[in-house]
Amino acid sequence: MSIDKKTVENVAHLARINLDKKELDKISGQLEHILSFIDKLSSLNTDNIAPTSHILPISNVLRKDELRKSLPIAKTLMNAPAKQGNFFVVPKIIE
Amino acid sequence: MNYETVIGLEVHLQLKTKSKAFCGCSTEFGQEPNTQVCPVCLGFPGSLPVFNQTALDYAIKVALALNCKIQEYTKFDRKNYFYPDLPKNYQISQYDLPLSLAGYLDIELEERQKRIGITRVHMEEDAGKLIHQENFSLVDFNRTGIPLLEIVSEPDISSPEEAHEYLTTLKSVIQYLDVSDCDMEKGSLRCDANISLRPVGAKTLGVKTELKNMNSFKGVKDALAYEIQRQAGLLDSKKTLIQETRLWDAKAAQTLPMRTKEGAKDYRYFPEPDLAPFIIKEDKIAEIKKTIPELPKEKIKRFVKDFGLSEYDAKVLVALKETAQFSEECLKEYRDSNKKPVANWIIGPLAALASNNACEITDLKISAASLVELIELVEKKQVISNLTGKIVLEEMLKTGKGAQKIIEEKNLAQISDSGSLNVIIAEIIKENPKSVADYKTGKANALMFLVGQVMRKSSGKANPKAVQDLLKEKLESV
Repeated sequence: MSIDKKTVENVAHLARINLDKKELDKISGQLEHILSFIDKLSSLNTDNIAPTSHILPISNVLRKDELRKSLPIAKTLMNAPAKQGNFFVVPKIIE
Repeated sequence: MNYETVIGLEVHLQLKTKSKAFCGCSTEFGQEPNTQVCPVCLGFPGSLPVFNQTALDYAIKVALALNCKIQEYTKFDRKNYFYPDLPKNYQISQYDLPLSLAGYLDIELEERQKRIGITRVHMEEDAGKLIHQENFSLVDFNRTGIPLLEIVSEPDISSPEEAHEYLTTLKSVIQYLDVSDCDMEKGSLRCDANISLRPVGAKTLGVKTELKNMNSFKGVKDALAYEIQRQAGLLDSKKTLIQETRLWDAKAAQTLPMRTKEGAKDYRYFPEPDLAPFIIKEDKIAEIKKTIPELPKEKIKRFVKDFGLSEYDAKVLVALKETAQFSEECLKEYRDSNKKPVANWIIGPLAALASNNACEITDLKISAASLVELIELVEKKQVISNLTGKIVLEEMLKTGKGAQKIIEEKNLAQISDSGSLNVIIAEIIKENPKSVADYKTGKANALMFLVGQVMRKSSGKANPKAVQDLLKEKLESV
């Protein structure tokens, strides 16, 4: 499978990663390499094998519905680039 | 041209667990901003989510009540997108292996029942709340991570009225399950709608619009009605519809396009590696099934069968779980085979009283036994008239006293004995010779006028039925 630059640009945009022209070339080549490796896996017959959705052989990990202490407000906002009162402040983005 | 409407609804429901879906922070509504957050729900690096057992149980309970097939193997996925209400930049949701599929909900329309398919009920987490200011936005993450259910209907709904009935029925079922507040104002129940039109009889679906921002059931109904007009207008003038998301503006009573960027949404779902899958066995399903109470549909049937009520009366009494319980107590307590008066009193005067006090019937401090005492005094023993009964009911609420006691203290008992009534009747006949003459010449209204005069003279305490009979008798001999 080959991957064109447009797809790479789109994926980069979705992940909010800025790539300059040089990086775009480099990453495209690397992705192409990764995808051709995945293609190799596709040549195996997996008809009767359930897809792996989790790598550990565990299931039903649950906790009781009990309250635990939340963070004190000073700690919550400690690393916020901008804050006002109890709130985080972010650029206004209306979808 | 004539069009048929195709509607599908997507309901988001907050589950009322004590703690959030993946951490121990409180879910309580209305607390100070960002005081119910921790490294897990803020998405700090290195924190690990662990799912809430009660949230899973509630989710299964809802899915079962909506007749869905619980999937034996289910898992969470990451839905990736960037928006400031989402601290992790992904929402933990379910994609290809949801909790449950293929259910249905029966709704009552005016003359028939209709089955609305439920595509899926899946589990996810709520996002935070943004408060937009002039040049920036404030973020409160208290709501982030509250367990949510997404309930997706099939496009089986054909009108705004059906959509309204679907939501009302769904809310009633969920309230019976006692797993959510279902309060649209507090956002614990939210609804988006997909709607498209197509020429009557067409096989393919038309271009759909997704409607958002409706904050009441009426808003959903109004937004859909508006959208039908808008889409029909465009189709009639041969303009092309575009698939888009539109926001309902309740004040302007119209839908407006939401600004969206080019290109279809690409959420790049993948299995959530931090959460192991869930295997839900038959015995677990059976155990939860046992906790599902009698649901409104069955209760309505039983009220009709056991108490001889009309479908309508039964439906009104049963809509709220608490009211249904209260009504059933009253219906059982009332010692007469005709239970209709009980329904009338609850749906009429009692509901009015609750509405005046801005509360539910069961919040009024009137017990089933004391209400039944009052109803019997009015309907069976005819100690007081219906009108006096309503006054006594208000007095009961005010003072907490029983009906019998209030009647005695205020001397409200009806005068039914012919001795006392005849005295008044004689006076009225004497005072109103013209009406008496009118009656003699066959004017029926004259009798009602004279009954009214007797009622007035007795300060409303005369038994109107007895007055009428005695009056007729007396007038014959005048």
